[in-house]
Amino acid sequence: MENVLVSNKVTKRFGGLEALGRVEIEVRKGAIQSIIGPNGAGKTTFFNCVTGFYTPEEGEILLNGRNITGLSPDRVTRLGVARTYQNIRLFKNMTAVENILVGMHPHLKSWLFGAIFRDPRTMREEQTALAEARRMLEFVGLKGRGDMLATNLPYGEQRRLEIARALASRPHLLLLDEPTAGMNPSETQEMVHFIRRLRDELGITILIIEHQMRVVMSISEKITVLDFGQKISEGTPAEIQKDERVIEAYLGRGAASGLGEARAQG
Amino acid sequence: MSTKDFDWKLVLRSGLLGGAIAILLSLIGIVTGFNETYIIYKVITFGELLVLGPILAFSFAALRRTSSSDSGVRFTTGALAGLTSGLVLLAFVGIGQVINLRAVFVNASPDLYAMLSYNQSLPIGMLLRLLVSGLVGLIVAGFTLLPTRLKQALGQGLIYVILIGLMGRLIGTVMTNWGFVSLLFEWMFASSGMSFLGAIVLFLLVGGLAYWRAGRPKVKPRLEPKKQQTVRWATLAGVGLVLIFLPNILGLWFSEILDNVGLFILMGLGLNIVVGFAGLLDLGYVAFYAIGAYTIGVLTSPELGFFNLTFWQAFPFALIVALIAGVLLGLPILKMRGDYLAIVTLGFGEIIRLLALSDWLKPWLGGTQGIQRIERPVIGLGNFTIELISQQQLYYLILAGIILVAFIAFRLRDSRLGRTWMALREDEDVAVAMGINHVATKLTAFAMGALFSGIGGTIFAAKIGSIYPSSFQFLVSINILSLIIVGGIGSIPGVFVGALALMGLPELLREFAEYRYLFYGAALVAMMLYKPEGLWPEARLKLELHEDEIPPPGDPVPSTEGS
Repeated sequence: MENVLVSNKVTKRFGGLEALGRVEIEVRKGAIQSIIGPNGAGKTTFFNCVTGFYTPEEGEILLNGRNITGLSPDRVTRLGVARTYQNIRLFKNMTAVENILVGMHPHLKSWLFGAIFRDPRTMREEQTALAEARRMLEFVGLKGRGDMLATNLPYGEQRRLEIARALASRPHLLLLDEPTAGMNPSETQEMVHFIRRLRDELGITILIIEHQMRVVMSISEKITVLDFGQKISEGTPAEIQKDERVIEAYLGRGAASGLGEARAQG
Repeated sequence: MSTKDFDWKLVLRSGLLGGAIAILLSLIGIVTGFNETYIIYKVITFGELLVLGPILAFSFAALRRTSSSDSGVRFTTGALAGLTSGLVLLAFVGIGQVINLRAVFVNASPDLYAMLSYNQSLPIGMLLRLLVSGLVGLIVAGFTLLPTRLKQALGQGLIYVILIGLMGRLIGTVMTNWGFVSLLFEWMFASSGMSFLGAIVLFLLVGGLAYWRAGRPKVKPRLEPKKQQTVRWATLAGVGLVLIFLPNILGLWFSEILDNVGLFILMGLGLNIVVGFAGLLDLGYVAFYAIGAYTIGVLTSPELGFFNLTFWQAFPFALIVALIAGVLLGLPILKMRGDYLAIVTLGFGEIIRLLALSDWLKPWLGGTQGIQRIERPVIGLGNFTIELISQQQLYYLILAGIILVAFIAFRLRDSRLGRTWMALREDEDVAVAMGINHVATKLTAFAMGALFSGIGGTIFAAKIGSIYPSSFQFLVSINILSLIIVGGIGSIPGVFVGALALMGLPELLREFAEYRYLFYGAALVAMMLYKPEGLWPEARLKLELHEDEIPPPGDPVPSTEGS
């Protein structure tokens, strides 16, 4: 099967610290995959390298076979990668619809002239964009919330709005940075269900950073484990759960019992 | 009446504060300064109001914090708070008799003591003062016991009488333009303040109106769309008519103020794009104003004699130069944010002013002498032309400029470009990750801001007829920034309100003579404390739902939680 994303020996250093060391991750088309690891393992750094926020010192990142290493974030977005952030970063003082419209930015064209004169082409473009934004709102379950300022939405809805904004750029690959952080069990369950819908209904490949083992184990087809910037294990949830090295050396005792629970449930 | 409800400390604190503020105002000199300025002729002076005002305000504050609705408790609280204030004043006058306070406080004059004791002999006068203070508290207590509707009516009536009384002279100057209509209002005013009859009539009129309005049902019946359209057009036509005749209604002196406010609105609309929409803190905004004005000056002034263009021939050049300057300033500061941006733009503003002032550019820009005899704009065709010279004529030029610029600003705000600016303001990193080209976006913002300011500059040059480097001080930038903040950052109507409040109000406050900026400053501080989001905060466009689809207010909307 073809790979949407391939990272080839990606290394990122901050001063003397090696945040990522020759990391190799392959994301298959249409998959839901996860990256796990303790705090400071380099997970978000990896996301930042993929999306163009950081330029890795060594190695290369291929998107659909095309080298995107070192491209600026706006270029990467236009090539079909979208992301959400660990601590929600919405445009707080804009409405939900406006947030989504900003997400559509690469697909719209009007600029100064269109803004002032409102020529028919601009008006059509805006109408289409607005209709699409409304559909997007409905898809993520925020119908009727579109005119609220993002900052006034409850936490769970802000998470979903952020995903809607990412979807608005029509990505092939969606990077979700801890999508269930700060959620209670029922909200988490809803989010897991929602992520599956993204893949099944929109056909988007999804790469997730996640801390909640229950979520990771139930949703992922493949899991990559990072620790101190090194890939220490990779495989299906079942393989990761059995991997003594992951459990002992990295996940620790508490998490290991959590795994037991997940296993009992699964 | 139970003693438990009665709060001694509150009463004492409020009374002392009220008295202290009254003394403070007295020592500043306002009280004696306005002892001849009547609000209602032969009834109450502004000076007296400044003594009674704090007492009234603090007994009101004490009563608001008193939870008890028992009338006995409330009357006692009010009266005692007032009496305490009176005692403070009494003590002050007493001390003034023993110690010569004048050595330190210049305004602690015999006039002040005489005024505080109602020109009576000291014991009788001060007893009177004490009684009046207590009475004020008592009246305030009675006022708080009234039903809300009546309270609103009385409060509004009182406020209007005080305001109109204070503005008596200004209204007089305006009314002289009205011809015979002014006769209708002449009886309302006396040589100073309002006449007694006028005050009563105004009070009843305003109070009655407020009472009637408070009684009407809150929810207005929704008009049919067609009628709504008609109402909207009618309102627009009404506003248009008023705007057209405003200079004639208000007269020359007010037209000058209107022109100045208008120029600041023009610049405010421009800076609002840079600071309000795009979030780029620009402290050197006056530079583009100067560039617009100087370009017109250089191109038209026969004194310099380079080009001798007419105003309208030079106008497009001025705009282009301002636009280019905006882009040129934008280029080096694309990567800067916040404080750094502010410092660099501040420097830019000063550089432009110093260039205009320099000997080096004197042959072209005139140095300290500036540029004189700038061409006035001429409008009309063929033989029928008018040169716009007077304030009342230039008003229309400024009005046209504002309408054009405000129209563009509204359109930009509601466009993709406007959204792009705001996204950049909210979170630059994320905006860039959304595919936004921050270079083009920021440069467009600077260019549009510079363009609008340039328009303001050209009109300013034409209005004054001669320009000097000193017209383009750093303070102008600060004033424009302040009016945006006062109006509400990012809000287009806010620019209008802010400019009126910040540039218009000080002119209206001329009645307060040398205390004008004291009142003005106090008003600004109060506004930022009680309405920090601005007088007319920005409202976002409703894009998802139309007006009639919005759920009723009873619908529970969860408040913000989490981060």
